[in-house]
Amino acid sequence: MAKGTSEPGADVPAGGFVQLLTPDGERVDSVTTDDGVTYSVDFTDDEYRELYRDLVTVRRLDAEATALQRQGELGIWASLLGQEAAQVGSGRALRPQDMAFPTYREHGVLYCRGIDPIMPFGLFRGVDQGGWDPNEFKFHTYTIVIGSQTLHATGYAMGITMDGKTGTPDGEAVIAYFGDGATSQGDVNEAFVWAGVFHAPMVFFCQNNQYAISEPLERQTRIPLYRRAAGYGFPGVRVDGNDVLATYAVTRAALDHARNGQGPTLIEAYTYRMGAHTSSDDPTRYRIASEVEAWQAKDPILRLRAFLTKQQLADDTYFAEVDDSAAKVALSLRERVLAMPDPQPVSMFDNAYPHGSPEVDVQRQQFAAYQASFEGSAH
Amino acid sequence: MMSETITLGKALNHGLRRALESDPKVVIMGEDVGKLGGVFRITDGLQKDFGEDRVIDTPLAESGIIGTAVGLAIRGYRPVCEIQFDGFVFPAFDQIVTQVAKMHYRSLGNIKVPMVIRIPYGGGIGAVEHHSESPEAYFAHTPGLKVVTCASPSDAYVMIQQAIASDDPVIFFEPKRRYWEKGPVELDAPLSGAYPLHASRLIRPGTHATVLAYGPMVKTALDAATAAAEDGRELEVIDLRTLSPLDLAPVFESVRRTGRCVVVHEAPGNVGLGAEIAARVTEECFYSLEAPVLRVSGYDIPYPAARVEEEYLPDLDRVLDAVDRTFGW
Repeated sequence: MAKGTSEPGADVPAGGFVQLLTPDGERVDSVTTDDGVTYSVDFTDDEYRELYRDLVTVRRLDAEATALQRQGELGIWASLLGQEAAQVGSGRALRPQDMAFPTYREHGVLYCRGIDPIMPFGLFRGVDQGGWDPNEFKFHTYTIVIGSQTLHATGYAMGITMDGKTGTPDGEAVIAYFGDGATSQGDVNEAFVWAGVFHAPMVFFCQNNQYAISEPLERQTRIPLYRRAAGYGFPGVRVDGNDVLATYAVTRAALDHARNGQGPTLIEAYTYRMGAHTSSDDPTRYRIASEVEAWQAKDPILRLRAFLTKQQLADDTYFAEVDDSAAKVALSLRERVLAMPDPQPVSMFDNAYPHGSPEVDVQRQQFAAYQASFEGSAH
Repeated sequence: MMSETITLGKALNHGLRRALESDPKVVIMGEDVGKLGGVFRITDGLQKDFGEDRVIDTPLAESGIIGTAVGLAIRGYRPVCEIQFDGFVFPAFDQIVTQVAKMHYRSLGNIKVPMVIRIPYGGGIGAVEHHSESPEAYFAHTPGLKVVTCASPSDAYVMIQQAIASDDPVIFFEPKRRYWEKGPVELDAPLSGAYPLHASRLIRPGTHATVLAYGPMVKTALDAATAAAEDGRELEVIDLRTLSPLDLAPVFESVRRTGRCVVVHEAPGNVGLGAEIAARVTEECFYSLEAPVLRVSGYDIPYPAARVEEEYLPDLDRVLDAVDRTFGW
């Protein structure tokens, strides 16, 4: 598919993908796909360095979260380890007016949207359901049920069209995140149908991390996922999901395509989940060490670091400073997570209904009275 | 005030039209709602007058209808989704109970999904499988949803507008076999002065027993009360109108006076709304009750073939029989 890439081998899936930065840190100038679309990026030196900082910071935050979970401070954690480039590349390609609909693993995109990285921790620590305002940051709530959010995103995108906010370079666009497992869900297929039929300004961003908990890609599909788009009447493109430059370029192009009124795109970001699905499963039961090692060689951070070094855009002092600042962000996060107060129990009755409910009000009063009856006792 | 006598179906059509006129953010979406006007013609003529962006013919997928409506609601629209028949809501069940119901709660109140899901429900029209079911308990059981049903043309006209104007997500059950029943509707009445959406209503006063019904069973209950009156028994009939939240205060007040209570619904009795209502009435009115609260319901079987549905559906005689039994204690 992608000219300018090597023949399929250990590094490239059959059919190829868009790659602008090789695992060795070599820059590929541009890639033109069979569709005739040319992908490239033109970053300043500072922008290259800041992308590196994003990747390192996001990974460091994720590592801190994993540690917090192991120490019993989080009920569960869905790690993004290995998927930093897919998330930062796509997240940085979003414009302020674009709306994102995540799953529960898009901590890197959340970070790129300018949301305080502590926000998802409320959900995983169990003190709230995730505390950010989706309207303010244009980043929807995490969605746990697989694939549901792709329909929400499509409906939202239809609303953009109805509002007349598409068809210009400054138009709005929507991105929906989901994984390879989600492509088996009815809702994702229905979202493809709707987006195609209504020509919605949508980008479907599939992070194919090769596993749906324990089930490999072969249990979800017989064809490369990006090729499904053709059946719904819009373009599909596969990108090296461990290449932050390529994910940025492909996502930006697809968002611009959408905002210009040219309809949806399916992006398959070909990547690998280095850790467990969540902290509750044991990946050594379902995959072999050599596979994990092969993917370690394609690490998204190492390759950008190699590129920066070769191009003399950054030196060891810079890398050390980035590591240091990421560690500081993580430490601050740890302290704030540990200090997160448990919610007042009576607050669980809040927000069940916009207009409230007499029945819930009665139960709230009964609960409060019951709680008050223990005051002064050992409870 | 101009009062017109129209069918319940036409009243819904008028109510939808008025909602489309009064708020440009209201959109209707569903299968066949456009040119055809819906299989029951409830949306008749609306696409012609409001265009394909306001009255949207959708692909044939219920989860997609509800899921995209959620996105439209997040975007600031007020979608009114039509599910073609009761038994076809289940492909959308996941979106309704895991997303629609919980979006406001999950987002700490930051996100509202002010949508209405219209479901023609219940039997009595001689339909085939999946076209005659009463799935209200599934939705009433789910916190975050409000569930209502209308029984008269005037309520249909007002309640559909109230449901659309509400920020709560509302499941709106339409008693399909009453679509063709006529009654007076005040088409010019302002919505602001209307009887509240989430309130039950005493529709026939009586002293000897309280009969509770909703949707298609309201007419049956009223017919039973008329028949009972000929035998000198005055039944008080309450139209529940709202199934979640239940508005039971007027019910308790009534049962404390009459001492007897019968709940009527078409849905199977097992774990149905009648069970909940019987328990609550018993808790609140225990010392006033002369007899247990009795239920008249559909049987605990899949909805049967049309040729035997009249035996399945609660009718006037089964209601009267239950009332008789409350006098036997």
